[in-house]
Amino acid sequence: MTTRTSDGGRIELTDLCKRYGSGPLVVDHVTIDIASGEFVTLLGPSGSGKTTTLNMIAGFTEVTAGGIRLAGRDISLLPPHRRNFGMVFQNYALFPHMTVAQNVAFPLRERKVPKAEIERRVGEVLELVDLGGLGGRRPDALSGGQQQRVALARAVVFSPSVLLLDEPLSALDRKLRQSLQQEIKRLHQELGLTFVFVTHDQDEAMALSDRVAVFNSGRIERIGSPADLYREPGTRFVARFLGESNLFDGRLRADGVYEWNGHKWAAPAADGTPEDIDLLVRPERLRIATAPDEPPPGANQAPATVTSLSFQGTHLRIELDYGGGVAGCAVVPPDAAGDGLRPGSRIIAHWDPGHQALATRN
Amino acid sequence: MTADAITSEQATRPPRQNRPDRRRVLSPAGRKRAAGLLLLLPALIALTMFFVLPLVSIVVDSVTDPEPGLSNYAQLFTDGYTLRVLGRTLVVALVVTAAGVLLAYPYTYMMTLAGPTTRAVMVTVVLVPFWTSMLARNFAWMVLMQDGGVVQGALGLVGLGGTRLLGTTFAVTVSMTQVLLPFMVLPMYSVMQQIDRRLLLAGQSLGASRLSSFRKVYFPLSLPGVVAGASLVFVLALGFYVTPALLGSPQNALIAQVISVRTRELLDFGGGGAMGVFMLIVTLAVLAASRRLTGLGSAARVGQMGAGQAVAGQAVAGRNER
Repeated sequence: MTTRTSDGGRIELTDLCKRYGSGPLVVDHVTIDIASGEFVTLLGPSGSGKTTTLNMIAGFTEVTAGGIRLAGRDISLLPPHRRNFGMVFQNYALFPHMTVAQNVAFPLRERKVPKAEIERRVGEVLELVDLGGLGGRRPDALSGGQQQRVALARAVVFSPSVLLLDEPLSALDRKLRQSLQQEIKRLHQELGLTFVFVTHDQDEAMALSDRVAVFNSGRIERIGSPADLYREPGTRFVARFLGESNLFDGRLRADGVYEWNGHKWAAPAADGTPEDIDLLVRPERLRIATAPDEPPPGANQAPATVTSLSFQGTHLRIELDYGGGVAGCAVVPPDAAGDGLRPGSRIIAHWDPGHQALATRN
Repeated sequence: MTADAITSEQATRPPRQNRPDRRRVLSPAGRKRAAGLLLLLPALIALTMFFVLPLVSIVVDSVTDPEPGLSNYAQLFTDGYTLRVLGRTLVVALVVTAAGVLLAYPYTYMMTLAGPTTRAVMVTVVLVPFWTSMLARNFAWMVLMQDGGVVQGALGLVGLGGTRLLGTTFAVTVSMTQVLLPFMVLPMYSVMQQIDRRLLLAGQSLGASRLSSFRKVYFPLSLPGVVAGASLVFVLALGFYVTPALLGSPQNALIAQVISVRTRELLDFGGGGAMGVFMLIVTLAVLAASRRLTGLGSAARVGQMGAGQAVAGQAVAGRNER
């Protein structure tokens, strides 16, 4: 129903700032170049400026400084109804006094689309989100998941160039959330629109996005593909926010040795300038050994105490205490750790130095 | 009865001995119903004694006094005078309602936008006159409207000096509008504050301008409050007595004054009763129409309407306590 135009959905934010009154910057020089058809997630804790950024893109919030360009054209002064963006809200924001079909027809009516055409497109888009036959219902007669699908249909029926999604799944329970994630992903692939998705849920961000922009106190801390950000978070904040990790707050020495709590580990990737920096290892990269001679040569080792074990079917999750106030965890195949492990067991956690990453503190 | 019928009946009915014996033990549901009736009893007795019986007596008087028949009702529509009063009353009630809607809607809308402090002030501004005695308020209006009073003086500034206000239907309408404003604002507010303002943003994101979004999304959702407030004010205005008695004149009497004169001075209980019954019918018709108007909406809207009526009900209760 829509054709992908080469550059029609490209959004450039340049040094976008927002300040309320004389308060601090809630959005602080945010710069992103979102390609047409890309799925970009703005991820961050509440109050990190991600929703304000989205609202500025939508036109609901006035821009304090900086620019918003759509397909090369500055739109920062355009009122929301002239921007031609679809928007999906956290609470669905369906019009309760209209039927599902009337809700979906609303943007078409506003655009003075002929009646027969409206009917055809409403039918089409309701089929697209699997709601064919429910057009005559009132929104309050639908389940939460169905309501959000109506909201999705309403937001894409007028073929916008960009779809903005403001935590669209956070009001749903876990199972529905996952099926709607798939739905959103499918819609993105079928429609080829630019999606800008706001969430505080890292799993959602990783599962859906081409790129994730991690927000921290108004700034974009890091932006990259989910895999890159997971592998090389770059900062402690991103490491903590995106996935779990075993994070050591030690020091990198000039000779490429990382020191933490008396342990010395190889840090080959380092450039040799001494620095207070974090070293992190993701749980699935960690191996567990019960004897000191077990780890392969060259592996970095850290003794630890098992604090708890939980069997998760596909894997075994082992919570660890490294001492020095650092706790972490390992995720291993269920049979990889032997049967002797129980809370209180002393073990040696080890990993390939190539699987660790350094992250700055901020 | 054929054998077939008997067996099918036995099959569908549960065995007799399994039924609870009502004479000895009440089922939980039955007990609940009994308790409910007991709780209702005081109100039922009071309503019957002080409302139903007098009402019945009025209706009976209206068709028996001075002689059996519908002559009192026929007179309502034939003596000319009563019809004129009825017409005037209806017009005043309509104008008061319309003016009330026009004044209250923007005010109430601002209330939903205001911060907590401003909102508290705005509520108080509406309620303070509502809490002051009805007589005090009407005397205040008399002072304002009297010959040589403030309002007349102000009119003088724009070249309308010497316009007589006191004793006119205009004065009655203005003060009734003020007196009845809380009944408009409160049900409107209870509906408006429940409307999710993000719906307006949604409308804008879908291509509607701010104004269009308001007109197509917010306004229809606020209508139940408008209808609740308007029907309440209209019904109250129909039967208003104090304001027209103090600020109006016998030449421009409204229906309540005429009923009062009939019953207290002319002792024409039948005629007064007929007027009262007629007004009651008009009132019920208005309420039914407003219920119908909002009933066309969704269940949620009816719920909001209910909330609006609840607030209105509290307002009425508060007023009647004085």
